[in-house]
Amino acid sequence: MIVTATVGQQAQAAARASDVWKVYGSGEAQVIALRGVSAEFERGRFTAIMGPSGSGKSTLMHCLAGLDSVTRGTVMIGDTTVTGLGDAGLTKLRRDKVGFIFQQFNLLPTLTAQENILLPLSIAGRKPDPAWYDTVIDTVGLRERLGHRPAQLSGGQQQRVACARALVARPEVIFADEPTGNLDSRSGAEVLNFLRNSVREHGQTIVMVTHDPTAAAYADRVVFLADGEIVSELIEPTADTVLDTMKKLDAPAEVGN
Amino acid sequence: MFRATLKSLLARKLRLLLSGLAVVLGVMFVSGAFVLTDTLGRSFDAVFSDAFSDVDVNVAGKPKVALSEVEGEQVAAPVPASVVDRVKAVPGVADVQGVVNTDGARLIGSNGKVVTSFGPPQLGENWLGESDLVKLREGRAPQADDEIVVNVALAEAAKVKVGDRVGVLTLAPKKEFTLVGVFGYSGGRDSVGGVNEVAFTTPVAQQLMLGKPGVFSNVTAQAAGGTTPEALRDQVARSLGADYEVKTGKQLADDASAGLKEGLSFFNKILLGFAAVALLVGTFLILNTFSIIVAQRTRELALMRAIGASGRQVIGSVVLEAVAVGLIASVLGLAAGIGVGALLAYLFGKLAGGLTLAGLGVPPAAVIGAFAVGTVITVVAALLPALRASRIPPIAAMQDVATPDRPLTKVTVGGSVVTAIGAGLLFLGLGGHAGDNTLATILGGVLFAFIGVALLTPLISRPVVALLGTIFAWSVPGKLGRLNSGRNPRRTAITAAALMVGIALVTGVTVILDSAKGSISALAEDTIKAELVISGAQAGPRPPSFDPAVLEKAAAIPGVRLVDGEYGDMATLNGERTWVAASSDVAALEKIFGAKATAGDISRLNPDQMLLSSDTAKSRNLAVGSTVNVQLSRGEARTYTVSGIYESSQLTNPVVLPPQAATDFAIPQPIQGFVQLAPGTSVAAVQPQVERLLADSPEVSVADRAAFIKQQTSQLDTPLRMIQILLALAIVIAVLGIINTLALSVLERTRELGLLRAIGLRRAQTMRMITVEAVVISIFGALLGVVVGTGLGAAVVRALKDEGITDLVLPWGQMVTFLVLAAIIGVVAAVLPAIRAARINVLGAIAHD
Repeated sequence: MIVTATVGQQAQAAARASDVWKVYGSGEAQVIALRGVSAEFERGRFTAIMGPSGSGKSTLMHCLAGLDSVTRGTVMIGDTTVTGLGDAGLTKLRRDKVGFIFQQFNLLPTLTAQENILLPLSIAGRKPDPAWYDTVIDTVGLRERLGHRPAQLSGGQQQRVACARALVARPEVIFADEPTGNLDSRSGAEVLNFLRNSVREHGQTIVMVTHDPTAAAYADRVVFLADGEIVSELIEPTADTVLDTMKKLDAPAEVGN
Repeated sequence: MFRATLKSLLARKLRLLLSGLAVVLGVMFVSGAFVLTDTLGRSFDAVFSDAFSDVDVNVAGKPKVALSEVEGEQVAAPVPASVVDRVKAVPGVADVQGVVNTDGARLIGSNGKVVTSFGPPQLGENWLGESDLVKLREGRAPQADDEIVVNVALAEAAKVKVGDRVGVLTLAPKKEFTLVGVFGYSGGRDSVGGVNEVAFTTPVAQQLMLGKPGVFSNVTAQAAGGTTPEALRDQVARSLGADYEVKTGKQLADDASAGLKEGLSFFNKILLGFAAVALLVGTFLILNTFSIIVAQRTRELALMRAIGASGRQVIGSVVLEAVAVGLIASVLGLAAGIGVGALLAYLFGKLAGGLTLAGLGVPPAAVIGAFAVGTVITVVAALLPALRASRIPPIAAMQDVATPDRPLTKVTVGGSVVTAIGAGLLFLGLGGHAGDNTLATILGGVLFAFIGVALLTPLISRPVVALLGTIFAWSVPGKLGRLNSGRNPRRTAITAAALMVGIALVTGVTVILDSAKGSISALAEDTIKAELVISGAQAGPRPPSFDPAVLEKAAAIPGVRLVDGEYGDMATLNGERTWVAASSDVAALEKIFGAKATAGDISRLNPDQMLLSSDTAKSRNLAVGSTVNVQLSRGEARTYTVSGIYESSQLTNPVVLPPQAATDFAIPQPIQGFVQLAPGTSVAAVQPQVERLLADSPEVSVADRAAFIKQQTSQLDTPLRMIQILLALAIVIAVLGIINTLALSVLERTRELGLLRAIGLRRAQTMRMITVEAVVISIFGALLGVVVGTGLGAAVVRALKDEGITDLVLPWGQMVTFLVLAAIIGVVAAVLPAIRAARINVLGAIAHD
C-alpha cells in the first residue's frame, strides 16, 4: 500500500503544461515563442529543458513558474491552475509552491546569507523546520558563512545561498534558470551536484533551463525545445548523448538552409 | 560630448524637473519680491503725486523729537496761524491754506468698536472744501462744531450714514458728532491708499488733533503764474527762517512714498528670506539628485573615459546638465514669480482699501536675480557630484561595479570643522562680540551649523537609523525597509538634512518665542500686584489709549485700593532719545510693580522731579539731585531734577515723569491701567464696574491679571504662526527630496524588487517596505531638525538672558507634533514610489540590468 501510494504520488506531475502557446506582438512583428507545448514534470525528478537560443526554453520556464502569462493553454503547479490567477494568487503560488534559482544569484545585498536563505519563509510568515534547515545548510556547506553578506561571498557561494533559499521552503517545484551560467566549472559542478542530491535524497522537484550539455547531464531527464516546440527527450542522459541530440537538432536546420 | 549630455538630460527630464522644482520655488520668491516691490512702489508714487497735486509749497514745523520709522510716529511741532499771513505776504504766492492733518482720529463704528486700519494712517483734519482731488459724494460740508464729514471707505467700514451721531476718539476722549456728509476722491475712489479721513471744522480740528487753538499742522501755498514751486519754496523758506521745513508738493509726495516704500522693503526682506531657505533646501536636493545620477551613470561615464574623454570633459558634461536645469528652473521660477508678485500686489491693494495699482512691473533686477540665483545655485550644487564623476576610472566600464562604501572620515572631519565654525560664529554673534555685524554673524553661524550638521549626518545616520528602524522591524517588509534606508548613508543623510533645515528653523523660533512667553508670564505673575488690568490690542503703529477720567472714577469704586494709569512717549533727555513713562500714581511703582529704591525717594514725585531706573542712571551718569533737560513730543523743553532711583527690572520703565508731563506726550492719554484691590475684595464684583467706566473708551477693555498676561504673550503668537506657515514651504521642498530619493532607489533596485516579488512578497508588502524606508528617513530628518533647532533656540535664549528671557521653555508638544508630522510626510512621500515599486513587472525586473 505504502509503496503504491508513493508510486502514485510520484506519478502525479509537479508541474504540467497543456497545449501552451505564447505569442508576442501582433501582425508583422508577431513572434511565436511557444507553439502548443504540452509537458509534464514529475514529482521528485530533476528535469532539464534544453534547446538552442531562441527555442523558447526560458519562456516555457517563465510560463510554468507563473512569471509570464500564456496566450493559450493551461499551466498547473501541483493541483493549482496557474493560468488565470491574479497578482495576489500568483504571489501566493510563488510564496508557497515555487522556488527560484537565477543565473544572477539575485541575493539582497543588505541581508546576511542566513537572512537571505530564510527570506521567503519570513515573507510568508512561516517558521523554518529546524531539522530541514540544518540539512539544507549542511548540504550546501555554508555553515561557516551564514553571517556574511553577499558581497563577502564568492560567486559559487552566492549561488549556493540562492539554492538554499529555494530549498529551505520545500516548494512543490524549484525552477532554475541557467544556474551555472555565471560560475566557473568547479563551482558549477558543486551547485549541480547538490541540486541532484536534493532530488535523489529529499525528493525535491527541480526544473532547470540550461544550454550546457554537461549541466543537463546531471538531470534525470532532458526535454529538448526548438522553435517553440518539444522535439525530443532523453531519459538518464549523459553529456555525450545530450550533445548528440543537440547536434541532430541543429542538423536538419542546416540541411534546410 | 555635448550631444551625449543633451541626450542624457532628455532621458532624465522628469527627475531633473523634480529637483529643479526647489530652485523654481526659490527663484519664484526672489523675482516675486522684486515684482511686488516695483509694482506697489509705482502705485504709491502715483497715489501721492496725485494727493499732493494741488500743493506747490508746504510749510511744516520741525518735530520736537525726531524718530525713525521703527521708533514710532514723530509729532511735528504745530505751525502758528500767523505763519499763514507771513506766507501770504511772500511774493509769487497765489493762495495759502492753514491745514490740520495728523494721524490719530479713530471713528467708532455702529457696533461700538473703533474702526482700525492695519498700517495706513487715520487722519483727523480740518475741512478745506472740495478740490480737484476731494469731492463730496453725499450731504454737505461741516459747519457747526459738532459736525464732521468722513471719506466713503471709512463710512462703509464703520457702517454709518449721513445724519448719524458718531463718536470719534482724538487726543481728547470720545466726543460725539453728527455725520453731515461723506466724500470721495477723483476717479471715483473711496480712499487714497487705504487712508481714512475724518474732517472737522477748523477750530475743532485744531483743538482735538493738535491740542490747542490757533495752530495748524502745516500751511500749503499755491504759486502764482510764472513762479515755479521750487522758486517759491526758496522764497518762503527765506522769509520764514530755519524754524520750519519748507518743501514742494513733489518733495512731499516723494517723502511720503519713500516712507511707505520703506515699509515695503520689510515685505521684500521676508520674501527674500524665504527664497534663501527654499534655495538652501533646494541645494541639498540638487546635490543629491546629481550624485545619484552620476552613480547611475558610472558605467556610461567610465565608457566615455575609456574611449578618450578627459576628466575635465566629464565635469563639463555634468555641469552643462546643471546649467540647463538651472536655466529652465529660472525661467519657470521667473514666470511663477511674476504671477505671485501680481497676486500679492492685488491682495495688498485690496487690503489697503482700494489702492489703484499701477501696471505690473518686471524690473531688470527680477530677471537678473532670477537667472543668477537659479543657475548659480544649481551649478554650485552639482559641482561636487561632477568632481566625483571625473574620478570614475575607465576600468569601471568593464567591471560590474560594486560601489564600495567609501569611508566617511573625510566628510566627518569636514563636517566637524564646519560645525565648529558655525558654533564659533553663533557664539560671537549671540555673545555680542560682533558689533554692527551681529545679525550677519548669527545668520552665517546658522548657515554653517546647518551645512556642518548635514555633513556629519551620514555618520550619525547609521546608529540612529538602525535604532529608528527597530520600531518597524517586527515585520519582514519593515525590516527590509529599515535596511534599505541604512544602505546609502550619504543619500539618506542629505535627504534627511533637507528636512532638517525647515524643522530646525521652526523649532528654533518656537523655542525662542515660547521661552520669551514663559519668561514674561513668570515675571508678570510674580511681580505685578494688580488684580485688574486695562489695556487693548494694538493694531497699527498707534497704541490704544483710554480716557484718564476713568482712573479717578475707578479709584472711587469700593474695594479698590490703588489705581495707576501708565502713559508713555519717546523723548530726548539731554539730547538723547529714550522712552519715558508717566504714572498717574507714582506709588504704583513700589506697590504694583515691586520696584525697590536704590537712592532717593521713589514713593512720590513733584511736578519738577523725575525718577530713573538704575540702568538709566548708570548709563547716563546721573544721580539723585542731577538736573535733566527733557523735550517731549509736544510743548517746550523742561528741566527736571532726579529725586529717586529704582532698581531696573523687566517691568520698570527707564524714566518716570510726574503725571503732569503726560499732557505733552504724543498720546496724552493712559495706554495701560492697573487696578489693585484691597484684600478680600471680589475681583468679579469690581471688574464689571470698571468695564462700565470704559464704555466710552472702546479701544481698551479690563481683564484680570491672568487674562492680561495671556493677552500680552499672545502677541507673540502671530509672528510665530507666520513663520511656521512660511517655513512649511521648506518642508514641502524636503518632501520633494524624499520622493526623489525614493523614486531613484526604487529604480536602482528594480532587480531586487523583482526578486522579492518572485519569492512571494505581496504588492502591499512591497509598498510597506518602501513606506518604512521613507518614514525612517523623514523621522530621522525631523529628529535632527528638532535637536539642532532646540540647540540653536537654546543658544539664542541664553544670549538673551540679559534681555529678560530667563526661562528656557521647550515646546515638547510641538516637537512631538513635528515627529508625527514627519511620519505622515514619509508616508505621503512614499505613495508614488511605492506604487511604482509594487507595479514592477517581476519577469522584466529580474532580467533588468
